[in-house]
Amino acid sequence: MLKKTFSVVVLIALLSIAFTSNFAATPRPVQAQGVSELTIWWAEWDPANYLQQIGNEYEAETGIKVTVVQEPWASYYNKVGAEWAVQGDSFDMVVGDSQWVGQAVEAGHYVDLTAFLNDNGITETVTPATLQYYGEYPTGSGTYYAYPTEGDANGWAYRKDLFEDPDNMAAFEAEYGYPLAIPETWEQLRDIAKFFTRPDDGLYGVGIYTQVDYDAITMGFENIMFSYGADWKDADNNVLGVVNSPEAVAALELYGELYDYAPPGTDNAFFAEMNNVFINGQAAMIMNYFAFFPSLDNPDINPYSDSTGYFPMPTGPTGGRFAALGGQGISVNSYISDERKQASLDFIKWFATPEVQARWAAIGGYTCNIEVLESEAFLTQTPYNAAFAETMTFVKDFWNIPQFGLLLEPAQRYLHAYVVGGEGTAQAALDGMAFEMDEILIAEGVISE
Amino acid sequence: MSSYSQPARRRHLGDKRLIQMFIIPTVVLLILMNVFPLIYSLYLSFTEYSAINPTPPQWVGLDNYKKVLSDNLYWHNFAVTGRYALISVSLQMIVGFGLAMLLKEKFKGSGLLTTLILVPMMLSPAVVGAFWKNIFNPSFGIFDQFLGYSDPNTAPEWLGDPDLALWAVVIVDVWMWSPFVMLLSLAGLSAIPDYLYEAAAIDRASAWFQFRRITLPQVMPLLLIAVLFRTIEAFKQFDLVMGLTGGGPSLLQGTQAVNVTETVSVKLFRLAMPPQAQTGLSSAMAYVVLVIIIAISNLYIRALNKVREG
Repeated sequence: MLKKTFSVVVLIALLSIAFTSNFAATPRPVQAQGVSELTIWWAEWDPANYLQQIGNEYEAETGIKVTVVQEPWASYYNKVGAEWAVQGDSFDMVVGDSQWVGQAVEAGHYVDLTAFLNDNGITETVTPATLQYYGEYPTGSGTYYAYPTEGDANGWAYRKDLFEDPDNMAAFEAEYGYPLAIPETWEQLRDIAKFFTRPDDGLYGVGIYTQVDYDAITMGFENIMFSYGADWKDADNNVLGVVNSPEAVAALELYGELYDYAPPGTDNAFFAEMNNVFINGQAAMIMNYFAFFPSLDNPDINPYSDSTGYFPMPTGPTGGRFAALGGQGISVNSYISDERKQASLDFIKWFATPEVQARWAAIGGYTCNIEVLESEAFLTQTPYNAAFAETMTFVKDFWNIPQFGLLLEPAQRYLHAYVVGGEGTAQAALDGMAFEMDEILIAEGVISE
Repeated sequence: MSSYSQPARRRHLGDKRLIQMFIIPTVVLLILMNVFPLIYSLYLSFTEYSAINPTPPQWVGLDNYKKVLSDNLYWHNFAVTGRYALISVSLQMIVGFGLAMLLKEKFKGSGLLTTLILVPMMLSPAVVGAFWKNIFNPSFGIFDQFLGYSDPNTAPEWLGDPDLALWAVVIVDVWMWSPFVMLLSLAGLSAIPDYLYEAAAIDRASAWFQFRRITLPQVMPLLLIAVLFRTIEAFKQFDLVMGLTGGGPSLLQGTQAVNVTETVSVKLFRLAMPPQAQTGLSSAMAYVVLVIIIAISNLYIRALNKVREG
């Protein structure tokens, strides 16, 4: 009996090998035929729900079902990382963070989309900055691995009722010598934050990112750092004398000063805490990613929604103007079959058309499509879209090389130590950060000693 | 005849076969889920390897262990964990045993009160972290108000002040796990025979003498078990820290910034998971933690055996 079973198993195995060998020997044209569903992984938030709506429309048009699987932000990267670790095919496409690109490309997790994007003219349809930061690796190479999907960056929400109050306007002008208005420079923003800090009334000038967990305080700080003319590296990837340059020190001192005008309890604050202190009337201005502004426009959530305004990042002392990049691009999993890759590319090609991008923007997605961004319909659709469209022309990001996580850790630690810990000087904090980053880059072979 | 006896033999399995049927799946599962990962991670701890990178592990000998044991930042994490475990477990013993002493005598409503006290340890640490984060908030949290601070500008920032943050985590841990110590202590107290106290009372022994010579020695084995369990848990502390402080706040100590509540488990998580994903290094750190926990557990078990023998 056992021998008989064994013989059957061997026979089936041999037949399977012969069957698959026959197919492997004959190259087949790559077609998306036979693919009836596609799976996209993204973080759990409103834009993913919007993408599911877009996916439903794709199904209605093509019959191919699109499922957007959502994972909470806190565990999203871990989940994707675990899938990468086993070179899994649980998803066809992933909407990945801009900083992941280098890590994913170097390890071979993403399909090279350069020819696809160029041949279909898609590269010309999105803003250059978004294509560079969401899709290009290495920087400046012209090689792309993602289609800019959810454009995002830091911007500001402010209380128009406070800014336009005649008493406030008169008092501010008397104290600072210029009119109270949307700040054009970081120094003006600091003055306004100071002016509105009235602890006795439970009002504070500004809410800024301070969270130490992942990248929040680094993102918040780099808004000012870039605008002050500093950077994370020079052209040769050196950090010594760059991240601790006088410009960076001045930027960090200003960020630390802004924290003095922040509501108590915002010592480990990110997007949720920012919206909270705004909604409960504690902050006159908050920084946040544009993706989190829709809830501020909802009167059921924000009692100040009618008097909430939005503005892009101010300029630095020499006119530099940058906003920390958020958002994600959509990439194709390199571990799926050729048919599924083709089906994924077909979806991206459809998604990138101006009509679908207009629809994507209309239901709440932050498009990176130039034509849609410049359209009157988009600019007037929400109170924050105009600020968003302007911001997407001056975004800038942290490192996106595979070692970015190693570099992010000391950045978070030193920035938090100075801003929240409140001991030592900005120069000492940035010197320590530069030293540790330099050691990491040398150890990882990014730069030589 | 033979066609009748054949199925009967099949229905009755021998003892040996029966034992194998029960044990083999368990052993296979144990090997797959415990032994193999343990051995594989030991191997990985001697390599440079990232699980999210297809590059195979590169043998680096003891480099990962050298890094873990020589880097100030890692020592800081061990020091934070040790300090946290010592303070937290000590306070849990005092509070838990104190509660047990108060509740050992039955009174009206004591059952309900005991049940209510046990509620915190039934909650998820992530949920506990989230709501205590609000309780500690100086603007609207009740903790500072309970301490008499009505002005949020002068109230202590428990989670943002480097001098207070570790204490905040300790307070929540003590609130959550003292009931566990209380439960074990109550079990120990209820097992003490009444005649010991009656004999002591006849000899006119003072309450303190009775506590020192009867209560404490009788409860000690269970207290030591509580210490053992809580110390091991304290060394693995992760959820509460992530929920309350995320390992922060950071503080400049000399020229180096350190996260004042970053325990070894939090550090381990950050090393092992993306974006760092340093699988080899994190495996080495995990083994160092394992050795420490085994060493401490052995000390406790020896103490426990001494108490039992004595």
